[in-house]
Amino acid sequence: MIRAAALLFALLAAAAPLAASETIVAGLSQNRVSITANYDGSEILIYGAVRRAEPAPEGPPLEVIVTVEGPSTPLVIRRKEKTLGIWLNRDEVTIDAAPSFYAVATTGPLSRVLSSTEDLRHRITLDHAIRAVGIAAEAADSPEFVTALKRIRLADDRYRLAEGAVYLVEQTLFRADIVLPANLTEGDYRVRMFLTRSGRVIDSQERVINVRKEGVERFLYLTAHKQPLLYGIASLILAAVAGWAASAGFRMLRR
Amino acid sequence: MQLYLPIAEVSVNIFLLLGIGGVVGFLSGMFGVGGGFLITPLLLFIGIPPGIAVATGANQVVASSISGVLAQMKRKAVDFRMGFVLLVGGLLGSWSGVGVFAWMTALGQVDLFVQLSYVLFLGLIGGMMFVESARALLRSRNAGAAPVRRSHVHTWVHGLPLKMKFRASGLYISVLPPLAVGALVGFLAGIMGVGGGFILVPAMIYILGMPTKVVIGTSLFQIIFVTGFTTIVHAVNSHTVDMMLALLLILGGVIGAQIGAQIGLRLKAEQLRILLALLVLVVAVKIAFDLLLMPTELYSVTPVVLP
Repeated sequence: MIRAAALLFALLAAAAPLAASETIVAGLSQNRVSITANYDGSEILIYGAVRRAEPAPEGPPLEVIVTVEGPSTPLVIRRKEKTLGIWLNRDEVTIDAAPSFYAVATTGPLSRVLSSTEDLRHRITLDHAIRAVGIAAEAADSPEFVTALKRIRLADDRYRLAEGAVYLVEQTLFRADIVLPANLTEGDYRVRMFLTRSGRVIDSQERVINVRKEGVERFLYLTAHKQPLLYGIASLILAAVAGWAASAGFRMLRR
Repeated sequence: MQLYLPIAEVSVNIFLLLGIGGVVGFLSGMFGVGGGFLITPLLLFIGIPPGIAVATGANQVVASSISGVLAQMKRKAVDFRMGFVLLVGGLLGSWSGVGVFAWMTALGQVDLFVQLSYVLFLGLIGGMMFVESARALLRSRNAGAAPVRRSHVHTWVHGLPLKMKFRASGLYISVLPPLAVGALVGFLAGIMGVGGGFILVPAMIYILGMPTKVVIGTSLFQIIFVTGFTTIVHAVNSHTVDMMLALLLILGGVIGAQIGAQIGLRLKAEQLRILLALLVLVVAVKIAFDLLLMPTELYSVTPVVLP
């Protein structure tokens, strides 16, 4: 009986700070990106504030992590080896899902802001965003392939780690500017925001940015997939008309 | 000025595309080659995914070829009869070539196959053409003004049955060689995603014995249909033709083809042949180097092609 009461008391005591914890109130400068013909990338402002009933607790400061994740697709990674004098693809590894775009922005160095167990639980950093189950069976040194994927895409600015790119003012207001590259894939981009203290996640929020092709881009993309034969013939007619027009134009110029 | 390409899903500079189209179109107008073997590497270089580079490159080749053919038609330099025969062979060959390409893609070694084919054929043909045209050029310089006429040299090819008259070429030969040549070229076009002009032009000159003057226009004529067919197949099977990319390449290409045709007409036949031989050899050597030297990045990432 006393043990049960003690347990209940302990639970209540533990619950009390939870009730007065900090939560995120967030927003995006735009939740829709329209890819038009002259699309050259866009900048999204992710902002928010920390709502708390009591003043900020003493001790380690609050940190913020923002991740933006593009649609994931399966990939095949191949490696060249020198065989009979020429370099050709030998081993390959299939990745179940890797995001087309992945940016992580933090208020400070990742080692300070986030512990690895929390990272694993919430799948925050890039390593946890790439799903590659069972690749150990496909090649002798399969982790090398995943490392190569990350290296290639980091160089391509598709994967990004921006430590210190989130600005946190007076432990309350935060903002992060994420630049989406020009080579964007259509889909839903998931924006996640995390509040951490001493490496542990206190609260998180999620938003979605819709990236869609618009106008003539959308029309061409849909036609190419829904009416491929018509699209193919139209491409040829375009080619024929252009060829004829150039010929006629030159003839007129020469006269 | 940047342009976002809807199918390729990349953003590229408009003037860069016009320039690439123009250069390739120029070469096609001058030599009668489709230019596909140049356009694909150039597009890959600026970041267009391979499938889209091949398919859209084919589309551009159609346009440049039409532009070039019309220029040649003005000079009565197209043998339509021969073109039709080559064409029939070409479509059959292209059909089987696309099939082999699909099989190679499933094996995951299509890049290697294409590269080896390029090196082999470009190297062989470039080498042979270079030797022949160098000899012809030296001969014409030593012998004086009159160049040696080759058109009435009779080889074993002229002994085959089913003969037809090809007036524009000044030939009376069997239809079997043109059909076979067309089929071989079409097959290679299906595999390598090119028009096949760089094989067709030497084949017409050396195997069929056609005069160089007629070869360019007739080659372009055949290329139009074979690459047109390839474009449709790519569009329907893999949705990889990007019309916006094609439009810009075409704009540059058709203008380039006209300029190329004008300049080509001013050169002597032997000069044209040696220039083409050099061009082909340069590309073959470059691809061979790519295969033999260690690449900077050993790993490559490709999307999974769903069946």
